[in-house]
Order: sequence, then C-alpha cells, then structure tokens
Amino acid sequence: MTNHWVDIKNADLVFVMGGNPAEAHPCGFKWVIEAKKQRKARLVVVDPRFNRTASVADYYAPIRSGSDIAFLSGVINYLLSKDKIHHEYVKHYTNASFLIDERFALEDGLFSGYNAEKRSYDKESWKYQFDKDGYARVDETLQDPNCVFQIMKKHYARYTPEVVTRVTGTPTDAFLKVCEYIAETAAPNKTMTNLYALGWTEHSVGAQNIRSMAIIQLLLGNMGMAGGGINALRGHSNVQGITDQCLYSDALPGYLGAPLDADIDRKTYLEKRTPKAMRPNQMNFPQNFPKWWTSLMKAWYGKEATPENDFCYDWLPKRDLSYDVLNMFDRMYQGKMSGFVCQGFNPLASVANKKKVGDALAKLKYLVIMDPLVTETSEFWKNHGEVNPADPASIQTEVFRLPVAFFAEESGTCTNSGRVVRWHWKAVDGPGESKGDAEIMAHLYQTLKHMYAKEGGAFPDPILKLSWPYRIADEPSPEELLMEISGKALTDLHDPKDATKLQVKGGDQLASFGFLRDDGSTACGNWIYSGAWSQAGNLTLRRDSSDPSGLGQTLNWGFAWPVNRRILYNRASADLAGKPWDASRTVLKWTGSAWGGNDIPDMRPNAAPEEGVMPFIMNPEGVARLFARDLMADGPLPEHYEPFESPLETNPMHPKNTKAKSNPVSRIFKGDLEVFGTAKDFPYVATTYRLTEHFHFWTQHSKINAILQPEHFVEIGEELAREKGIKAGDKVKVRSNRGYIKAVAVVTKRIKALDVDGRKVHTVGIPITSGFVGRTKPGFLTNTLTPAVGDANTHTPEYKAFLVNIEKV
Amino acid sequence: MALQSLDIKQRSATTTPSPQARQTVEIAKLIDVSACIGCKACTAACIEWNDIRGDVGNCVGVYDNPVDLSADAWTVMRFTETEQNNKLEWLIRKDGCMHCADPGCLKACPAPGAIIQYSNGIVDFHQENCIGCGYCVTGCPFNVPRMSQKDNKAYKCTLCSDRVAVNQAPACAKACPTGAIQFGAKEDMKDYAEKRIADLKERGYDKAGLYDPQGVGGTHVMYVLHHADQPKLYAGLPDDPSISPLVSLWKGAAKPLATLALAGVALGSLFHYVTKGPNEVSKEIEDEIEREDERQLREEAK
Repeated sequence: MTNHWVDIKNADLVFVMGGNPAEAHPCGFKWVIEAKKQRKARLVVVDPRFNRTASVADYYAPIRSGSDIAFLSGVINYLLSKDKIHHEYVKHYTNASFLIDERFALEDGLFSGYNAEKRSYDKESWKYQFDKDGYARVDETLQDPNCVFQIMKKHYARYTPEVVTRVTGTPTDAFLKVCEYIAETAAPNKTMTNLYALGWTEHSVGAQNIRSMAIIQLLLGNMGMAGGGINALRGHSNVQGITDQCLYSDALPGYLGAPLDADIDRKTYLEKRTPKAMRPNQMNFPQNFPKWWTSLMKAWYGKEATPENDFCYDWLPKRDLSYDVLNMFDRMYQGKMSGFVCQGFNPLASVANKKKVGDALAKLKYLVIMDPLVTETSEFWKNHGEVNPADPASIQTEVFRLPVAFFAEESGTCTNSGRVVRWHWKAVDGPGESKGDAEIMAHLYQTLKHMYAKEGGAFPDPILKLSWPYRIADEPSPEELLMEISGKALTDLHDPKDATKLQVKGGDQLASFGFLRDDGSTACGNWIYSGAWSQAGNLTLRRDSSDPSGLGQTLNWGFAWPVNRRILYNRASADLAGKPWDASRTVLKWTGSAWGGNDIPDMRPNAAPEEGVMPFIMNPEGVARLFARDLMADGPLPEHYEPFESPLETNPMHPKNTKAKSNPVSRIFKGDLEVFGTAKDFPYVATTYRLTEHFHFWTQHSKINAILQPEHFVEIGEELAREKGIKAGDKVKVRSNRGYIKAVAVVTKRIKALDVDGRKVHTVGIPITSGFVGRTKPGFLTNTLTPAVGDANTHTPEYKAFLVNIEKV
Repeated sequence: MALQSLDIKQRSATTTPSPQARQTVEIAKLIDVSACIGCKACTAACIEWNDIRGDVGNCVGVYDNPVDLSADAWTVMRFTETEQNNKLEWLIRKDGCMHCADPGCLKACPAPGAIIQYSNGIVDFHQENCIGCGYCVTGCPFNVPRMSQKDNKAYKCTLCSDRVAVNQAPACAKACPTGAIQFGAKEDMKDYAEKRIADLKERGYDKAGLYDPQGVGGTHVMYVLHHADQPKLYAGLPDDPSISPLVSLWKGAAKPLATLALAGVALGSLFHYVTKGPNEVSKEIEDEIEREDERQLREEAK
C-alpha cells in the first residue's frame, strides 16, 4: 500500500477492482465501513461476481475477467476527453510534459521495437529525449505531439465507452456511472482510494492492470493524499515482510536488484543500478544505491567484506535466468533439479497446473517441507483417490517433513499491507518437535558449514565466511536479527560536511538509512527497515495509538518503513508552494523553514518549495511516470490483450493481428502451449478466488473453519445453470484442458452472462479453498485447472482468467 | 446458573415475584445488516466462546453453513439474493435468538426456572431445569430454539449472559470486524440505529428502518434493515411477529386449565416411563438370559 489500512477511512470514494476485501480482508475492511459511516464515502465495486464486497457497495458493475485494462483505459479516456483531471498536479508532479523519442509508436497492438522471434521488445524508442546537459526535454504547455500527455490522448482515444462495453461486457450505462464516481475525485479536495489484490496481479497483464490504476490516480491527483493511493492488499499476514526481505529471486533485501551474469564486477553492477538525475534539482534518491548495497554486504560478511575484495561482490550468486515459480517448476519438470526445500509453501495446491507440479515433484531426489501443518504438497505422492490419483510405487522422491512453529509460537515481527512493522510475542511453545524457521535454517547452515570445513567443496568462502555473530549459533534470536536488519555504525561516523562533528558512535544502532555509507563503515541487513531498531530501542514494539491529527496516522504505533513514513509520496499532498490541496486532511505542509504536518516528509526536510524538488524522490525524473519509458517488459503504456485462454478468437482491439491477441512478450514454456484450451471445447470463462471462511488450504485443518465452509463449490449464473440443467446443490464436473475437478454447484443471480463482442460469455467462479488433507470434505485442488502462463514482468500465473467447460455429474 | 450480577425479571412456570429493589439497564445487540459482510466471524466466535461444535456438514448449494440453527449452532448467517428497484442485492442476516421483551418461549415453558428473563433483557435457557418438552420451540415466533439430540434439552443464544454479567460484550459483537454488531444500552443502540438509518436514506434506501417488533414487546436483538418495510426479504424475518394465540391462551385466561394441563404432562411423562422403561429393561434382561443360556449350552457341549 502507498497508504495504510486506517487511512482508508479518509477516502471520499473507495474503488474496489481486482480485489474483494470484504471476503479476503474482513478485518481491514472495517476502515471502508468507517469511511462510509463517518465521511459518507461511496463504495464502488467492479468485479466478474457480485461478491461480499459488492453486498455493501453503493454501486456495482460487472466485468469479464481478464478485460480490466480495457475498462481502466476507458476510464482514462473519459477523464482526458472530459477534462476531469487535476491539472496542476498532472503538469508538475507527473511526466506528462516529458518528450518521448520520435520513433515511439503503437502499431496494430505492438509497440515499436518488437521482436516476434524472441517475444521481447527493443526499448530504445521508448525513452525520453534528452538535452545537451543530459536532462530530459519537456514541454510545459503539454502541446508537443511527442509529449507524454499528447501520446496518452492518442493512445486512450481508442477506448470509447462503446469499445469498453464490447471488450469487457460491462453495460455502457454502468461503465459511465463508474466513470462519474471516479471523475468527481479530480477535485483537489476529493480523494479516491483504490483497493486491489490478486484479482489484478494474477493475469498475463497483471503489472499493467495496476499501472492503469496508477495512471488514473495520478491524473486525479490522488497519490500522496490522505484517503488516496494505490493500495495492494496483501494476502498472508506477513507476505509484505517476506517480500521486503527478498521473496523474489531477482532481488536482494530491500528490493535491491540482484546481480546478473552480465554484471561482471561490483563497478558494473553498481553503475547499472545507480541512476543519474533526469531533471535538474531532483533528489534522485536511488543515487544512494551503493550505500545500501555495501551496508548489506557488511551485514552479511562483516570484516571479510573490504574495499579491496569489492565487499565480497564475487561471492554473491549471479543470475543466469529467471527463478520465478513457473520457471522453477518447469525446470523441475524437465528433471533439472534434484532437491527442493519448501518453506511455508504448498505448491501442489498453489502453483498453476497441478498435474505438472505433481509430475515435477516426482522427478526430485528429495523434497523438504517446512510447515506447521500437513500440506497437500507433502502428500503429493500419496494416493487420495480421485482428488490425487498418485501412484506411490512409481515415485522415488524422498520426502522430509519438518514441523515448524506457528506465528504465535515464536516472537518476531510481522509487516502488514500498510508497511507497518509490529513486534509480536511468543504465546506458547510449539507442539512436539516443532521448531522456529530461523532455528531450522540456522541448524542447516551450521551443518553445511561444518561439512565444507571438513570435506572442502567447490566454492566454500561464501558459506564459511558468512558473518554469524549470534549468541547461540544454532538459534539466532529475533531480537538479534531485527537489530542486524535495522543496521549499525561499525566505526565512529563523522558528519561528511564537518569532520570534527561526531554523528554516530561506532557500534550504535542507526536512526535511519540516511546514515548509511558505501565505504564499509556501516552495516544494514535491509536499508528500508533501517531505524526499526535504533538507539531508542525496538520501535516495532510501540503501541501508542494516539492520533493527534485524527487521520489515523499514529506515528508512535509500531514502525512503518521507510523511516516511519505512513503515506508514500506525501509531498504530493501539497501544491507547488507547499500548501495542502485539502487543509482538512493535511498530511504535509511547508512551514516556512521546513516540511511539517502529520507524517514523516517524503522529501528533504528543508527543501524549500522554490527549489523545485519534486515529490517522487525515488524516480530520477522527480515526478511520477504516466509513461513508464523502458521500465516495463510489455510496453510504456498499458494496452488491452486477451488472456491466453480467451473466449474470443481475436483481440477486439486488434482483430487482424494474431501476434497481439495475448501479451506479446509473456513467456510460454514448451508443453504449456499445447495444453491451452480453446473456446470451442471450453466455452466458459473461469476465475478463481478465496473465501472468507478459509485461509487458503490451511484452515481446513481447523474444525470451526470446516464447519463454516465444509465443502468445495463452484458458482455459476442462473442462465448457464438452466442451459446445463444444473440445480443448486448438484455435483458438477469442471474441466479445463489440463484436468478436471468435481464440486457442488452454487447457482446464483450474482454472476450474470455478459455480452462480449457480439457473443454471450458465461463465467464460472471457482474458490481455491479446497484440498484433500484436513477436516473439510476431501476436495480437488482448483489449480488442477489453471494454466502455467504468467505476467510478462513478474511471471505471476494467470489464475484469474482461463477457459473451462462444466457439466452435471 | 444466574450470576449474582444478573437480576432476574421472570422465570418460566413460576409465580414467585422476582426481586425489584434495583433496576438494571436494558441492553441490546444491534445488527446493522447494511454493514454486515457475512464473514461469519460472529459464528466462529459463538462456537468458540460457548464451546459448541457441530458436525462438519455439506455445501448445499448456498453460502449458508452451518445450514441452520441447532443445539450446536446458536447463530447462523442467512444469505438472500434479491432484486429491488432493478438492483441486485445480497442480503446477509445474522440469525439467532431475538431476546424478546415478551418472550414466547418463556411463556410456553412448563418447567419452573428452565427459562429466565433477566432484568437487563436477556432471555436465557437453564438446561438443568429443562424437561425437553419442546414447548419453547412452538412458543417462539422466530423459530429459534433447537432440541439437542444428545440430551434432549433446548438450546439457543444466551446473548453471552456470562460475558454481559461481567461487563463484556457478547462474543459475536467482540469479533465482528466491521462494527455491524453493536452492543450496549438499548436506548443507546436505538440512537446509533437512527444515525445508520439516516445514512441509508441518504444513499437511496427510503424504507430503511429499525426492526424492534412491538408484537413481542420489542426485542433485545434489533436489526437495521435497508428495507424495513419488507422484513420477510431477509430470509423470512417475520413482518409482524407475535406469540402464538395458543401460548397466550395457555398463560392467560386458561391459566388454571394450564396448570392442570401441566400436571397432565407430568403425569403423562410418568406413565411414559412406567410403560416404556420396563419394556426396554425386560428386553435387555431377556437378551442376557438368552446369551447365558447359549453359553451354558456351549459349555455343556464340551
């Protein structure tokens, strides 16, 4: 979230699309109800299903799953053509005025530079025009045909209300009604918050779905405002925390890009990741990348990391290719992996195309499962009848199950969607032989280290010389780990401007990443968490809920990264002169000598407005990017592409170009292409989702949850049910080209057939909360049906839009 | 059993006057249907706090699980799909005991002290006094009490009388994430409801209103409804509930007769025991004798 949970209460409009917070985030949803009760906020929901969130909404519009970009592009066209934008904001705080390379073009669904063979773009023509000083050229009148604003006008003019209806199936009057709600928040003192989750992420165009919304929020001037922002609602209680610490194989902790094969030395690596400012006077905060990276290496390798050995750069693994989950399982499927350590992950249930995942696991020599509960993955080899028809005799994989403590069985921190890091205390010991994750990993490390020391190995240094300063080597305490993550001074730090001034005493915890150095004098395990444990102590312990502004900022409650800032880009909540756009919701204001208000400024604290330092300090432009230049794999502006399994034969936006039917740069594995189904055999659009009563496949072990939701079901509309002779409560079989599931039919008015491009499209809704271990009725895994193709940028699988057929059993 | 902090207002089948020296505040639970997302946190909290566990059931083609109230499910969510003014609505109502000011169950109950009404308004079942006759089921205009298959006694929501007695909100209210379940003094709840109703009217629900049916003297569980003119829309919530005339008759003009009838019931029970009990016993004895005979025969055969 750019904002935070409590801040939702400050919104005038809560726009929910690509998520279903009442269902998946009922506790956080209280703030939506609060906004409705206290601010008279309106709640608008756009979703293929009239869901639990829609049940308390002021307005609901249906949409065909997988057509969000067409819908949102239609909204952008509405705002631009009706001039419902926040002019000052767009002009000064976005790259609307920036000039783009003259060669940039979109032709028949493909951006300039497309290479069909490699399924990728040469992005040279997507860049800015630069002047002789190396700064991006701008036209503040926004009239130059190559400026972003004019490019956007042209790009989005195609998404008329009629086109939106044809592509999305949303009735035109409903679409326009939603546009009206959204457009009202173009007023400087009105804000819209957007709540989304995996309903946007899990598409082959997932990242561009979210970009579309970011563009809308920028046009309306809702970024940085209280009650505004782009708010990703995270699923697991600590998934934000694990992402921050480096969930992804392409990043080091704190979202520092991990080195690639091509980054032959530290200098090359750092140069590529340390941008130069693209406009004068901008903070260009990522220019500090070398400080963050060097401090990370000092945390990992301590005294071993020296300027002479490039701070152990050579010890870091260099990526040869992507190690995302789809690629990992494809490699496993090809027999290229011998072992797999699966920590807090249930891939048989969670990863697309269950059959492929099961076959892949069967090719491993060993599989280690770390989980508090029995998972389907740990029994992938076991025959559970029709729901898991495995043949144990033919599977040689050795499976180890390591019981792990639950969150309440160990102390540590959890980071919520709003980036608020809070300490929690161990309540009870875990049962039996269960151990905390850190303890298991530490023990594994110690064993490996001793083996390397005793027996030698190919490249022992990264393991043998790892800094391991914990009091009990086999059991690093959560306190020690958080202190290491937060960072400390290794020697006395003097003010760079005045060497006589001692800033930080050697050995002290650092107050923020502002003190990090690239000369090896500081250590910090994750720069964005820097200051979470300062000399003032463990700030994540704080539980002071006092809220002087009434905005729910509660700056003394836990610690929010970065630097306890609650609303990102908050400088944009005030005009150029530093006056809040809405004084009644002041987040930040210029006091004459410094930035003050109700948050930690996302700005140099003494940067006077006349200096022209723009609010988006993490961008070398200083402003937000409506046009993403060369930073996205699939285009600088979002374009509608069909899901890889679509009920339509062509992309209605580009009916003549088969190359532009689906995301032209999404990666497709051999073998997966063959198992895509077509609308001829699988005429219905399927989408998957969670239910409130269960947390994925976990709570099926809990009797109360099982009582509340005992058995797998699928939801279909009344019309499809009539056509297929299916009544509520009937057992049905749902097939995709990858397998089938059986479940109980829920027949509902809440899913309507949509008229899409001249044909009727039915939707089949399939909850994912079913499995074959636990106390609920043994059920099929929904991912038996889903395709293993993902987003071109993140490779997140397309769980939300694919094709199925359905019949009564 | 009643806690000392809960003053009793009336007991079933009892004529002894209740204490009247002090007046406790009337409480109420307000269920704001317009803020309810049907997450079932209340259902889970109820199961947890009251330590009841039903069986894991089946999906019957709707979101409603548990499917109905039972001795092990004192509150359930009822989901209704309806179209009003050409607009689809998914009405989700938390169902359970309404804690009537004039409780039909208590009036109908022939067992002294099996049903208690506290002066704060809570209507509570005391199972140790319950004779399992099921009259409370008939007497309830909301179809709430359920007989347990295990002990043949009646069960229902207690409004967490044990929690309320120590100044805690009921478990469901405590667990509700959206504030759809409010708890407090009945007067305060009515004030709160008024604000919610004004908000709903401003959003176009002209008929929004409070459900506090006077046919049962008002209730200590009230609803804010978007369509207060059509309570039936909400999974059959009675439009104008009242105690069955038979029950009224039972407690009214026909009271002397009722006492007689009660004696009749008791006598009936006795006869039932006398006639049925020995039958069962004799069957068991017969079986035992037969087995004994067989054993003897086998031993003799050796």
